[in-house]
Amino acid sequence: MFTAFLIKYAEIGVKGKNKYLFEEALAKQVKYALKRCEGEFKVTRTEGRIYVHALTGFDFDETVNELKTVFGISGICPVIHVEDEGFEKLSRTVIDYMNENYPDKNITFKVNTRRARKNYPMDSQQVNREMGGVILDAFPEMRVDVHHPDVMLHIEIREKIYIYSMEIPGPGGMPVGSNGKAMLLLSGGIDSPVAGYMIAKRGVKIDAVYFHAPPYTSDRAKQKVVDLARQVSRYSGPIYLHTINFTDIQLYIYEKCPHEELTIIMRRYMMKIAEIIAKENECLGLITGESIGQVASQTVQSLAVTNEVCTLPVFRPLIGFDKMEIVDVSEKIGTYETSILPYEDCCTIFVAKHPVTKPNLNIIKRHEENLKEKIDELVQQALDSDVVEIIKVD
Amino acid sequence: MEVYLDNSATTRCFPEAAELMKQIMCEDYGNPSSLHRKGVQAENYLRTAKETIAKILKVNEKEILFTSGGTESDNLALIGAAHANCRRGKHLITTSIEHPAILQTMKYLEEEGYRVTYLPVDEKGCIRLEDLQRAITGETILVSIMYTNNEVGSQQPIAQAGALIKKMNPQILFHVDAVQGFGKARIYPKKMNIDMLSVSGHKIHGPKGVGFLYVDSHVKLKPIIFGGGQQGGMRSGTENVPGIAGIAKAAQIMYDNYDQDIEKLYDLKKCFIEGVKKIDRVIVNGPDCMDGAPHIVSVSFSGVRSEVLLHSLEDKGIYVSAGSACSAHKPQPSATLMAMGVPKDLLSSTIRFSFSVFTTMEEINYTLETLYDIIPMLRKYTRK
Repeated sequence: MFTAFLIKYAEIGVKGKNKYLFEEALAKQVKYALKRCEGEFKVTRTEGRIYVHALTGFDFDETVNELKTVFGISGICPVIHVEDEGFEKLSRTVIDYMNENYPDKNITFKVNTRRARKNYPMDSQQVNREMGGVILDAFPEMRVDVHHPDVMLHIEIREKIYIYSMEIPGPGGMPVGSNGKAMLLLSGGIDSPVAGYMIAKRGVKIDAVYFHAPPYTSDRAKQKVVDLARQVSRYSGPIYLHTINFTDIQLYIYEKCPHEELTIIMRRYMMKIAEIIAKENECLGLITGESIGQVASQTVQSLAVTNEVCTLPVFRPLIGFDKMEIVDVSEKIGTYETSILPYEDCCTIFVAKHPVTKPNLNIIKRHEENLKEKIDELVQQALDSDVVEIIKVD
Repeated sequence: MEVYLDNSATTRCFPEAAELMKQIMCEDYGNPSSLHRKGVQAENYLRTAKETIAKILKVNEKEILFTSGGTESDNLALIGAAHANCRRGKHLITTSIEHPAILQTMKYLEEEGYRVTYLPVDEKGCIRLEDLQRAITGETILVSIMYTNNEVGSQQPIAQAGALIKKMNPQILFHVDAVQGFGKARIYPKKMNIDMLSVSGHKIHGPKGVGFLYVDSHVKLKPIIFGGGQQGGMRSGTENVPGIAGIAKAAQIMYDNYDQDIEKLYDLKKCFIEGVKKIDRVIVNGPDCMDGAPHIVSVSFSGVRSEVLLHSLEDKGIYVSAGSACSAHKPQPSATLMAMGVPKDLLSSTIRFSFSVFTTMEEINYTLETLYDIIPMLRKYTRK
């Protein structure tokens, strides 16, 4: 019965002169999500609203689920729209609507009419009153409550007449593309896809970089990262995934530096490389899945030492999250099952039994001097090994 | 150069089998149960396939049941025989080094109330007949022993085990999982006192998704799949005609060139073992070269993680397996190697090389040269 959706957005409604930019970004993301649905749709922006019109038959549940992945949407209202064939006809439609959608008739309601087409013979107050009467006549158990109704029945009179009363919550946030771009350091773990999701939720477009260490990590580990990126791209839109061969840098650090410092030095080089790729690709920040104290390389001391190599801001949306909170989000966005597949990633292959937990920047820097001879060349080789794929949901 | 040394995981299909299957899928696609000519034509492919296989095993063609592969054959043999014979007793015997298709089915039967004895193996990966003799009780209804172990290639004393079982109690059924043995050994169920024998198509250069179970005519078996009553009601479901024709064609080719192929495989294996032993701190697991299957060599490279070695070899075009291929989705130490008493630190350093009739001496030499190059390199970088 529903033939359209009214898309409600919260935060972007208050962005002043830039509002149209946000709305454009939102409409674009809505279209991207609808491409995955059966059926054809038209997305229109009128008078500060976004409407999705179904042009063909469509699967209601599927469409709602896909719309729920679009950041910036605060609510999705299923709408029926009918031709204006007089008040009589409209009344019958409204009665059918109330009957079908509210099987329990013991409810309170209010009619809220908006007359955008001013040549309609009744004004909005009149429609409110008359339609309220029609409903009360049809369903004597129903009562009117103008202050706190259970059901707010909206009737919008435009070229056609729109009727809606339900609002399915959207994901909130801001439309991707309305807030610049950042580079996500994506491993195969639980945290980094969640971090990418959370930053994308604030309207940031994301690219990703993955550090591959063959033969120590396998093609399956790489595939896992691609799969994770694909799941995140349901929300974030297409992701450019950069795969960097990190093996030689890792082995060189292994040879030249104290073993307990391997991970922290390695992470510093990952950040350095990620930042170079980020800058080459117009990214204005880096994103990591770090959370204070989770592992040795994520103590405050370690984070400070890692952070020191970057000039771009590093966004760490999970910084104050407990593991269980991160797991909850990863389950919600559908990355958890993939994240726990048991393929080794390059952070764990040579990890020391007792890595440093309170690294001292000066000491780390002194030990990095041991790398002086070849490291620049190896970093360049790593950058040259960059393979880029566009990851998206088909 | 691409060198495929993972033939215990699966094999390249013989072109003759693939072409025959294409012909059946695209032209002679009838349902063997149909009454019309196309159905009769399809049925003829089934009959020919049964005859071919029956001849190789020297059994009656009525004793061949087609299945979806080794796993289904094992399930049908164990569950079907256990259910049909549970009134005589509820004790089953198998070995500790069987494929999961046997071990997990046994576990299921244990949940149903059956008692299962798992025979240990010696350091070569073989059961001892005394252990088998001691395990048999008045309650025993079924013994299941694999012909060739898939991880180390040890060949079990099947004929002696068969004789022993029947001497102790002719009513005990003897099932043999020959998924790795068929095609690499001459197996005659009637002479070896084998009542049921499982075989898979894709391990013998046939297609995946097809296998068969030989079931001696006197064996009582209950079906585990129900439906249209095909194959005498013992295995319902429209027969996989292309697959069945494919497995028979592959079996035919395997045994047509049997003597010369087996000799060639042992030559390759001998050469490989000699070559690999030149690397220090290397252990070849399982039986001595000529005692084991001609196509499987299990090697532990001390100080090297098998996954890393596998991917390094892959990088050079060489495909091998870490332990058993079926374990790739759940990395855990191999039960077979543990049962053989392989030291813990070597469990995760073990690689299986498995050859086929397509393997050449040139490929063996290339693999050895590659190992000489990369083992010292990999040993340099280890987890501290």
